[in-house]
Amino acid sequence: MEQKTVVLGVIGSDVHAVGNRILDFAFTQAGFKVINIGVLATQEEFIHSAIETNADAILVSSLYGHGEMDCRGLREKCQEKGIGDIIMYVGGNLVCGKQEFESVKERFLAMGFNRVYPPGTLPDLPIEDLRKDLGMTIN
Amino acid sequence: MQAVLLIDFGSTYTKVTVVDLDAEIILGTARAGTTIETNIMEGMKAALAQIPEPIGGWKFVRKLACSSAAGGLKMIASGLVKELTAEAARRAALGAGARVLEVFSYELSPKDLDRIVVSKPDILLLAGGTDGGNKEVILKNAELLSNLPISLPVVIAGNKVVAAQAEEMLRKQHNPVVVADNVMPDLGVLSVESARLAIREVYLSHIIKAKGLDKAEEYLERIMMPTPSAVLSAAELLAQGEGSEPGWGELMIVDVGGATTDVHSVAKGDPSKPSVMLKGLPEPYVKRTVEGDLGMRYSSEALVEIAGRRLMDYLGWTEEQVSGQLELLKENPWRIPQTGEEAKFDVAMGRMAVGLAVDRHAGTIEVVYTPFGASYIQNGKDLTPLTVVIGTGGVLLHHPDPAEILKGTVFNPQEPTILKPQNPAFFLDKEYILAAMGLLREVSPQIALRMMKKYIVKL
Ligand code: B12
Repeated sequence: MEQKTVVLGVIGSDVHAVGNRILDFAFTQAGFKVINIGVLATQEEFIHSAIETNADAILVSSLYGHGEMDCRGLREKCQEKGIGDIIMYVGGNLVCGKQEFESVKERFLAMGFNRVYPPGTLPDLPIEDLRKDLGMTIN
Repeated sequence: MQAVLLIDFGSTYTKVTVVDLDAEIILGTARAGTTIETNIMEGMKAALAQIPEPIGGWKFVRKLACSSAAGGLKMIASGLVKELTAEAARRAALGAGARVLEVFSYELSPKDLDRIVVSKPDILLLAGGTDGGNKEVILKNAELLSNLPISLPVVIAGNKVVAAQAEEMLRKQHNPVVVADNVMPDLGVLSVESARLAIREVYLSHIIKAKGLDKAEEYLERIMMPTPSAVLSAAELLAQGEGSEPGWGELMIVDVGGATTDVHSVAKGDPSKPSVMLKGLPEPYVKRTVEGDLGMRYSSEALVEIAGRRLMDYLGWTEEQVSGQLELLKENPWRIPQTGEEAKFDVAMGRMAVGLAVDRHAGTIEVVYTPFGASYIQNGKDLTPLTVVIGTGGVLLHHPDPAEILKGTVFNPQEPTILKPQNPAFFLDKEYILAAMGLLREVSPQIALRMMKKYIVKL
């Protein structure tokens, strides 16, 4: 099967790099081509990278609590740029302080993300989900 | 004596430089108007005639030339995303010594296609998609281009997976069509060397003839490259050294012209301070930028507008004084300053042009604050440690105060985010030999290097 490409990065002015490296390693091990744009990534960088590399999904991390602000409008910009249907996941410590995850999830789904992951998610689950969403598993 | 004839067929002047390879000296330099309409050789001979001939006449062991006549090497580049493959394609074209007329991104629009037909570039550079990445846009563009009513030389340097397919489509209408390696094989990886060579190949095999420059080749060995390539090559040689002959290390060359200002840097540009993160497209080691809106003679109005407050602050003039002087210059762009005040204005314009051109060429630094202190993000080249800045070009050479103009290249504490050289020494290409030495490098690199070190003088 053709190798699937994912764009991975930490959005906004966020410098938390450890999770990003772990996700890069795990998705690469799982057979994906990972385009890692690293920390301090702007919305434009995610979108431009996805366009040039013909990516199948965008994986957004946000750890420092400003995820809501940084992620707003990303789906709309994708639509504007002609990749409106691309699969987008988001994870990390998306909001400030302790908030109930269900409501956080709702808000990010409403922003146009296909899946939203709670703090401390290990890579196995999103890898399985992505295989499903891209039709790579028979089920 | 081993005399070598080096010629630069410029858009206005044909410049000849005769050097003696044994003594490593310049025997003479001269210039005459370029005669592209009749026979390019007339202007060259008129220039050469100004240099006293030795008894028995010239016996040149080599005759080499570069050219920016007949519009130079005009190129249009196209890529997918403006900041990524389109930018990579622009850099490849600039690095090949081209005059870049346009850079298009995404699918070519009917307007873009019209522009191509009207401006008839000498070469079209088609990029788009990383290897294995987006295929649709480059293929669509190849299809659109194959329906143009004119035939053009095309270099393809995009997604390798579909390069052959694009080539086949383009061949129906265009000739030659050459495939080079992708200018951006992977995201954020810049790889312009193969495209640069392909462009040079097409230049040598097709463009020279198409421009009527091949007439010169009956007398000369050959026109080897576009003039800006020769200058870039000389810059690289002077920085790097050759064999046992050391160079001057990382440097910048600024060429102020009447209508444009070119900046060349030969420098890695890696962060000079710790804990700085690099962002954006990697920079070529030998980088050239051309500012078409920053000339000292033909674009003075635009320059005043862009420079704005900075110009007035530098001069201490009012707006009225500035616009009064502009009126005079509009009547005659090459007006010679009549008073001390006018001379001051002339220097100020040069300084602004150079300053803005280097602002755009140099990298920038941005601060991100965290409670653990500041983090820095660098975009582009950090040129702060550069110690050598060289001025060249007609305007600077004939100017009474080139050093004052070159100070525009220096880091400005009021704009600390622009990474310009902090404490450089200024040099002048007094004999105007950079292009000639780029040519001489092709046959005698060590001699070319030593002659540059001798003839480029400290200010
Ligand atoms: C190390 C660290 C730092 C280091 C980062 C060094 C570096 N360059 O990486 C430094 C000291 C610089 C730092 C700074 C700050 N930090 Co800090 N930092 C941490 C800390 C202790 C560990 C982060 C880490 O590396 N975790 C390990 C990795 C493996 O886990 P992870 O990043 O969560 O990623 C995993 C999962 O979340 C998931 N995942 C992540 N992204 C995504 C995306 C998708 C799509 C999917 C599916 C999964 C997924 O997969 C990863 C692998 O399993 C955490 C606390 C903690 N224990 O988590 C705080 C923490 C993240 N920091 C925090 C804060 C507030 C900050 C600061 C604002 C100031 C401060 N008070 O410290 C600054 C912000 C700087 C900036 N501009 O980004 C808060 C965030 C609070 C919030 N979101 O509400 C935390 C949670 C600490 C806390 N409890 O207050 N920090």
